[in-house]
Amino acid sequence: MALDKQTTAKREFKVVGTRPLRPDGVDKVTGKALYGADLTAPGMLVGKILRSPHPHARIRSIDTSAAEAAPGVKAVITHADFTLPDDEDMRDILVNCMAFNKALYDGHAVAAVAAISEAAAKAALKLIKVDYEVLPHVTDVDEAMKPDAPVIERGRQAETVGEGFSENVTSYCEFGHGDIEAGFTRADHVIERSFKTEATHQGYIEPHACLATFTTDGKADLWCCTQGQYMVRRVCSAIMDMEASQLRVTPSEIGGGFGGKTTVFIEPVALMLAKKSGRPVKIVMSRSDVLRASGPTCSSSMDVRIGMTKDGRITAGHAKLRYQGGAFPCGTVEMGAMAAFAAYDLEAVRTQGWNAMTNRPKQAAYRAPGAPMAIYAVESVVDELCQHLGLDPLDVRLKNAAKAGTKASYGVTFTDIGLSACLAAAKAHPHYAAPLGPGQGRGVSCGFWFNFGGDTCVTLNVNMDGTVSVTEGNPDIGGSRASIGMMAAEELGVPFDKVRTQVVDTASLGYNEVTDGSRVTFAVGLATIKAAQAAKAEMCRRAAMIWGIDAEAVTWEDGCAKPSGPNAGDFPPMTLAEIAAVSSQTGGPIAGHHEVNADGAGVSFGVHLVDVEVDPETGATKVLRYTVFQDAGKAVHPDYVEGQMQGGAVQGIGWALNEEYIYGEDGRLQNAGFLDYRVPVASDLPMIDTVILEIPNPGHPYGVRGVGETSIVPPLAAIANAVSRAAGVRLTELPMSPPRILAALDAARPKAAAE
Amino acid sequence: MVKVAIWGSLRGFTEGRAEIEVEAATTKEMLDKLVEAYPGLRPQVERGVSVAIDGFVYKDAWFTPIRPDSEVVLMPLMVGG
Amino acid sequence: MSRIHVTTSVNGDEVDFLCEPDETLLDALRNRLGLTGSKEGCGTGDCGACSVTLDGRLVCSCLVLAAEAEGREIATIEGMAEGEALHPLQKKFIEHAALQCGVCTPGILVATKALLEKNPDPSETEVRYWLAGNLCRCTGYDKIIRAVMDAAAELRRA
Repeated sequence: MALDKQTTAKREFKVVGTRPLRPDGVDKVTGKALYGADLTAPGMLVGKILRSPHPHARIRSIDTSAAEAAPGVKAVITHADFTLPDDEDMRDILVNCMAFNKALYDGHAVAAVAAISEAAAKAALKLIKVDYEVLPHVTDVDEAMKPDAPVIERGRQAETVGEGFSENVTSYCEFGHGDIEAGFTRADHVIERSFKTEATHQGYIEPHACLATFTTDGKADLWCCTQGQYMVRRVCSAIMDMEASQLRVTPSEIGGGFGGKTTVFIEPVALMLAKKSGRPVKIVMSRSDVLRASGPTCSSSMDVRIGMTKDGRITAGHAKLRYQGGAFPCGTVEMGAMAAFAAYDLEAVRTQGWNAMTNRPKQAAYRAPGAPMAIYAVESVVDELCQHLGLDPLDVRLKNAAKAGTKASYGVTFTDIGLSACLAAAKAHPHYAAPLGPGQGRGVSCGFWFNFGGDTCVTLNVNMDGTVSVTEGNPDIGGSRASIGMMAAEELGVPFDKVRTQVVDTASLGYNEVTDGSRVTFAVGLATIKAAQAAKAEMCRRAAMIWGIDAEAVTWEDGCAKPSGPNAGDFPPMTLAEIAAVSSQTGGPIAGHHEVNADGAGVSFGVHLVDVEVDPETGATKVLRYTVFQDAGKAVHPDYVEGQMQGGAVQGIGWALNEEYIYGEDGRLQNAGFLDYRVPVASDLPMIDTVILEIPNPGHPYGVRGVGETSIVPPLAAIANAVSRAAGVRLTELPMSPPRILAALDAARPKAAAE
Repeated sequence: MVKVAIWGSLRGFTEGRAEIEVEAATTKEMLDKLVEAYPGLRPQVERGVSVAIDGFVYKDAWFTPIRPDSEVVLMPLMVGG
Repeated sequence: MSRIHVTTSVNGDEVDFLCEPDETLLDALRNRLGLTGSKEGCGTGDCGACSVTLDGRLVCSCLVLAAEAEGREIATIEGMAEGEALHPLQKKFIEHAALQCGVCTPGILVATKALLEKNPDPSETEVRYWLAGNLCRCTGYDKIIRAVMDAAAELRRA
């Protein structure tokens, strides 16, 4: 299949591209939809987790005797209840869920209790005595890399890391091609800048929550909010040393994830408490626990150097990226290093990346993980070169844009991509020509994400009443039940409302990768189309039996089996409903299914335009106008494609302007709540305008590309570039909070005024 | 023979070569031959790699066919959000 | 600590429950009365996912003690539709795709209904400031604002 990718993207669609009402809408506007914390079980206990107040401490001993004896307490667990798995990744996940010999960050779980009430559980936590030996800590990436930094864990360094770093540096990567020094020599102007970005959090509104039961014969059930129930089963069964088939994981509705729910934090703890107590146990994280001890992004420190000719041709680019991903090894910097220059067609490019461990929580994926900060740095320097050389920033990007045939900095040659089309659409859009007022500025940035496919398994049942049930295994995080159902309806030729899509538990389908990498509409859609094709082939066979002709002589058209070839016109077409009604008489139920490790996801590009106004008195930045241009391949349900573009843009605006992890000198997180970790609110924002481009992805039957992630990438630089043009100061640290902008403005103001 | 592009930081294990030629018709064969020829690549291959063939990225797929003229690029294992 | 017996009205029904003195109204609604439509996103009054009205006034139920509900009238998301008939706001939220994950949606709907009862013809800015205490992380608010403006217009026509 890989070598003969075909696309029928030029076809006329009947359902795909329309905007039907989402099938789970009524449940979600009436409060009926059940999320992670919404289920209860008879005899259920409340699970609570004790967390380290220290960023780095050896755990000398844990005395749980008083807690165990407390009224209403049914189980107390520590690391002593778990066995470390052999697999390194599983070991890291378990140690992140429950500290073993050391507490590695402020908020690291050290013990847990299950009790008959919230109050009893809270009281019991206070009775657990942990003897800590507090150790020196480090939370800053640059500090953590220095040879004399406190070491988080020895023996984690990969063979690729060179000399001169502390043992916290776990990996080094390098990508690129061409002679960059020769490229810089050819440039008329070279700019090199250093950048820092703070960690941000996905900020899903629903905290992690789960409900576990464990029976004495070793079977377990887990209800939880997750981006992937099969991942939860794989990880938890490995940690609990049980067979995967004995653990059934049912995904609740999910209240946002954005990558943060692609791993586990509390599920193994709930399972162990349920096992030990013999009762169902529910754990719900508090918001402060979510911020302290789930998986924020990497923070970064970066140097970028770019050379440009007077007419705007980039001659060379070089980026050095240093990311920290918390107290465990992390590969996110590799994604950043591959993505940094992806938007450009360059003769000479080099990116280098180092990952360092720090005393912070283990990072988790967040929408295009690793890309936003790297591309922020590159797009800022490109913009500064445009300013210096007096060039139009969109013209320069068009001149250097990656296109089909471009060899990307990470090695591959691009096929059909939509970057130039996005840039041209931005150039032609009224937004780009609109006048700006005093104190206002306009910024532009490109964005990129790879997109994934991966393991996918779909079953499609044709019911006897002529309706269709699609069974899929990826939690619906932003309307995917609708888009999957639409593709099934399109392929079968039936109305959308005849199809119902269900997201099912781990016992009902084979392995499905987590809802990540913008993969669901692409990969689950692909598997759904193939499952529908299998069902159509079976229905053609049934019709052929009824007509007494060869199955090859039957085709499927407009929701009907039709005789073709020599038999054309001999029999009236049979609808899906007519064939389904007699399925029992013609051989039994009709179903199609498809299992695949999907490939061909197709990369995704976008371009953002933003106007801002900077208040010189307060340093506050107001976003005045925002337009997103993005290639969707084929937009299956345009409302939800727009939704991804708007939601990602606003998360990027938060990253650019207000969101940051603030660690004190004591290594503790100082802003573990939504009051101080400030995500964008409705009054911060204008409408987010969207322009969907459709450059079909040759790797998908309908031309679909993932759209979920790219949109978070451009806002960081787009806003930095707009602030630079509005206020005359270029910020090289994120977030560009009012105090930072004010400090930059003060530094730029003539000293004389103050004297 | 298939030419496989090796990313920069792995070149310490391939005698500095950015491109390695191996006799392989599938991704599995390609990875096996690479590790055979350059044992220093084994830790990274075991940690996980993605393979891009003619611009499309494949993850853990052993039997994806590779044509002799295909563009084959070794990439770190992709993780997403 | 002895529990407190509370008699109150929820969505027009008289109900009673026993609660701890320090228990929040949100916990009582969810855990004592089984009304899990109100969500806890923060527990500190910053996200609005637990929005309900108390005698017609919009509150974060995570900041109200359950005992304070004695003799009051509470309205939650579960009371917004009348039987099978969705409230126009609920319909418009579905039509405009104003929800993605949907976990903030109950709180936003309750908050918006309270706004339109006070101000049937709000400007976009007024809607944005009224909803500034209701966090949505998926949508970027665009489609929410459009749904609210459209529902307000429809309610004015009705």
